[in-house]
Amino acid sequence: MTSSVRRLCFAFVALSLILAIRPAVAEDTIKVGYVDPFSGPFASGGDEFLKVFAYILAKVNADGGALGKKFELVPFDDKLQPAEALIALKSITDQNIPFVMQCTGSNVGAALLDGVAKHNARNPDNRVLYLNCGALATELTNEQCDFWQFRFAGNVEMRAVARIKALPKDVTKVYLLNQDYLFGQSIQHDTRKWLAKLRPDIQVVGDELMPFGKVQDFSPYIAKIKASGAQSVVTGNYNRDLNLLIKAAVDDGLNVRFDTYLAHLIGGPTAIGAAGENRLTSIVEFDPNVPVDLKKPDAEAFSNGWRANHSTDFSEVPFLTMFQMLARAINTAGSTDALKVALALEDMKATDLVGAPVQMRKEDHQILMPFYAASFSRDVKYDAEKTGLGWKTYFTATTEDLTLPTVCKMKRPQS
Amino acid sequence: METLLISVINGLVYGMLLFMLASGLTLIFSMMGVLNFAHASIYMVGAYLAFTVSRFLGFFPALIIAPVLCGLIGAAIEIWGLRRVHHNGHIAELLFTFGLVFIIQRLVQMTWGMLPMAYRVPPSLDFPLFVMYGANFPAYRGFMLLVSATMLLGTWVLLKKTRIGLIIQAALTHPSMVSALGHNVPRVFTTVFAGGCLLAGLAGVIGGNYQTTEPGMADSMGPIVFVVVVFGGLGSLAGCFVASMIMGMIQTFAVVIDYSIADFLRPLGVVFTGDTLLTEVLTVPVARIGALLPFIMMVTILFFRPRGLMGTRDT
Amino acid sequence: MKSRWLILTVIVVAIALPWCFYDWGHHRHAGFLISMLSQMGMMVILALSYNMLLGQAGLFSLCHATFFGMGGYATIHFLNAAGDGGLPLPMEVMPLLAGLAGLGLAILFGSMATKQRATAFAMITLGISELMATAALMFHHFFGGEGGVTTNRMIDNSVFGLTYASGLQVYYLILAWTVIATGLMYFLTLTPLGRMANATRDNFERAQFIGYDPRMVRFLQFALSGFFAGIGGGLYAITYEIVTFDALAAPLSANALLMAYIGGTSVFGGPILGAILITLLQSGVSLLSNSWLVYVGVMFIAMVIFAPTGLAGIIKAHGPIQQAGRMRGLLVPYLRLVIPALGLLLGFVGLVELMSFLTIGAAQGKKLVLFGSAIDVHAMLPWAISIGSLVVGGLWLRWEASGFHRVWEDLAAEVRR
Repeated sequence: MTSSVRRLCFAFVALSLILAIRPAVAEDTIKVGYVDPFSGPFASGGDEFLKVFAYILAKVNADGGALGKKFELVPFDDKLQPAEALIALKSITDQNIPFVMQCTGSNVGAALLDGVAKHNARNPDNRVLYLNCGALATELTNEQCDFWQFRFAGNVEMRAVARIKALPKDVTKVYLLNQDYLFGQSIQHDTRKWLAKLRPDIQVVGDELMPFGKVQDFSPYIAKIKASGAQSVVTGNYNRDLNLLIKAAVDDGLNVRFDTYLAHLIGGPTAIGAAGENRLTSIVEFDPNVPVDLKKPDAEAFSNGWRANHSTDFSEVPFLTMFQMLARAINTAGSTDALKVALALEDMKATDLVGAPVQMRKEDHQILMPFYAASFSRDVKYDAEKTGLGWKTYFTATTEDLTLPTVCKMKRPQS
Repeated sequence: METLLISVINGLVYGMLLFMLASGLTLIFSMMGVLNFAHASIYMVGAYLAFTVSRFLGFFPALIIAPVLCGLIGAAIEIWGLRRVHHNGHIAELLFTFGLVFIIQRLVQMTWGMLPMAYRVPPSLDFPLFVMYGANFPAYRGFMLLVSATMLLGTWVLLKKTRIGLIIQAALTHPSMVSALGHNVPRVFTTVFAGGCLLAGLAGVIGGNYQTTEPGMADSMGPIVFVVVVFGGLGSLAGCFVASMIMGMIQTFAVVIDYSIADFLRPLGVVFTGDTLLTEVLTVPVARIGALLPFIMMVTILFFRPRGLMGTRDT
Repeated sequence: MKSRWLILTVIVVAIALPWCFYDWGHHRHAGFLISMLSQMGMMVILALSYNMLLGQAGLFSLCHATFFGMGGYATIHFLNAAGDGGLPLPMEVMPLLAGLAGLGLAILFGSMATKQRATAFAMITLGISELMATAALMFHHFFGGEGGVTTNRMIDNSVFGLTYASGLQVYYLILAWTVIATGLMYFLTLTPLGRMANATRDNFERAQFIGYDPRMVRFLQFALSGFFAGIGGGLYAITYEIVTFDALAAPLSANALLMAYIGGTSVFGGPILGAILITLLQSGVSLLSNSWLVYVGVMFIAMVIFAPTGLAGIIKAHGPIQQAGRMRGLLVPYLRLVIPALGLLLGFVGLVELMSFLTIGAAQGKKLVLFGSAIDVHAMLPWAISIGSLVVGGLWLRWEASGFHRVWEDLAAEVRR
């Protein structure tokens, strides 16, 4: 054979093999395409969520699933890159999977939102719904809102309101420190906006953006914070950027509060450890001590079912709410047709695992849900990640508190 | 005055941490001309190994064992991988170490999982050494300074004052002659590479509990270390030290500077209004771009002086 | 003569391929296939333009994605302007504008970077790449921050009257531009600039002696490679209608390097092969396994050690033997290689997947399915088979490889005579 023909054969065989070997999936399930990073440096997020979803779907499927069928996740690795997510979307629509779900990264979320909108407009006979379980940028349900997206996570602005309301009365000087990219800037913007509205008595003595993931040594920032006389550092930093910040503060002996947004993210308690005792707070959707405070033994049992087999905690109640509401919507619609499910899903009211009222608002497809401000302390029944310290709720921002106005002007489809 | 002094000390400590990491890389780079992309990955492996060893044997045994293991890993990489690639040129060697980065990261994820490890400062070193202007100076940082200073001294003595060091230096510039004199030059190269990896592992042991031990740590430390090595220049450990100090100081001081270019121009009567890209770029405070300054400096120095600050040969 | 037929065949296959996989049941094209083919087209341009630096000029650049990304960002803004009516240019011309944007930036950065060569050059490009990637995150006006900038490619302005609503039309646009760009890059290698780039790569001092300024040669080559990379970026923007900072980040530059090297830097068509293979691996294999990075890393290292000339280099080495008509003699030796190689591959893949499943996959609730059958990770048998296959396959391959090497040498010597 000539080398050219051989090359072509190789290409053909490879292509057909790749396309032929698809994950063997049963026909009597409702598939949901799940797009998140599963490889590379950000794989820990996608990996953990996949395990959580397995646990959640076991319950939802045991409760009957939807239309008598079970839910099944079909994962796609997007390596946290929008182009890869869009390629995954093509694969999802090719396989006639009616739902695409994504939980990590607003850059990918924005791309998917746009991609789904365009796909649905250009292919009205093969529409999909975008279930946003973790792209938090406020714009996605404001300026960039779209009929085909349903966000099941509290956006940045909701968290900002919860954060500000949870600041103690005796704090009058805060220092804002955030990461210098869209998410961090969004937190900075919304924090300032709501500080002005809800706590005009608070003086912002410092407002800083730092390069995302690049700073190795935080002692200069600690020096600045100390010089400013701030009582509390309000920050949206997470993972490394938060852990190193707190370590530097403890090393320095600086006695300042850290009122954070995301200290509870997986890995945070382990990395911060005893250094965070009684000075660290975060805005959580759920932690194992919430059902203890609210006296909900079923929820506590569910949370313990996870804890028994994992070193991390179950905190993703919104994921459970998402599938429960989705199942109801599919049952109401009688099919998985995107438009019918969307019409059934919007404006749906439900209660979450601990019985709090939640609502999928029709105006912008943003879920309205409560948040809890928790402080990292020893005085709890359940600790976090086996560190001996756990999250203790000291303030609850109810669903009503967090029902905020939106500038969304959604274009609704004709049919 | 207070800010100045605190910033100087902070810059010093950070510079020493950079030096710990960069010294191994500069050795390998100087001796073998190979820019080892996997150097930060070995740093990560050193931190993880130290975590595991310290769980069973304690921190101080881990301080010895983990770097030695990293040195052995380095020797293995050199003997079975790098040596075969030598004759394909510098770029092939670069690419080889590049491929290693992916493999090592996935292996670490598979062995220890994807979440950060609870690798902490040992209690015996977890107290404030002294207090200055109301700020604590932790003893562990003093320990880090001690270890990196010992590293610098030890490496310098090894290279300049011992026989093996002289052979290494000679093999750098005249490998065939040294080989003709009867020395085992390939073994010298393996020793150097293993030594560089040992230093990286040691940096990992020290730095892993000072920072966080997670699979992404190689990606965050990697680029800055290359900058330090290249800026300092080839063939010069002293240059590496000076470069680490300069980079450490600059990054630390930059954070305290809240002014931007627009602020400097304002007294001259030049004001920028409006919501354009130009305004955005010019009103960025220096503190926000602190982490980028090393790259700007590296590009600048390479433009004018390709052998870096104190390099003895061209890159 | 032969190569002209090959090129024609490839183009015809590329045009026909979407139709081979048409989904007759749903009356639509396989969207995933078209996406992957479109991605391949862009990557081919990226890899070829990178090889202009690596293979042809001996320049190891780490900021190639910067020009690709900037071409993409510029195109998004151009498309938005065209959609608003401010830019009356047809869609087909947009990639050219993107290329010009890439060219402009490459001239700017090239004047800095090409002053040096070898490692200093590489480090300057590394600095440029880091700076641009961080700037893309920080400044909103041009880059849109983390969310990037979006556009709608249906600007209603086309020379052929197409709407570009369907992925298929976009794919044909990409195909056309890929062919044009490849052709232009090939002709560049035949020009004096292309030849001098090779000369400065091989021996820059000698090139200086005959009167050419290596710096100028490097600069021009760098600028032109930026032009072509920009074209690729423009096609990216048109396909995905969104550009984020990933389009100019280091991983994409690393990809370009991977593709060019694995395909083969010494043959013009090598990067094309590399681009196709790597795209298949990344989009295809990552659907099957989360350890695809390990496979890429290992393949990369294996190529670097055993086949530094790349795939195209290997194919080209067969040239003299094929021309002498002695390929038959290699058939049996190749077959003898294939079996142990497959065994080695089976063992390696099995081992990696088993290990990965044990530590990562099991908790994710997945079941391990290898080659169509479910596997119990805790039984001894799969481990035994994998390790045995790996060891036996490896040793056998080594033995066969030396035999193959002997046959090869004999044939080559015979052909030379």
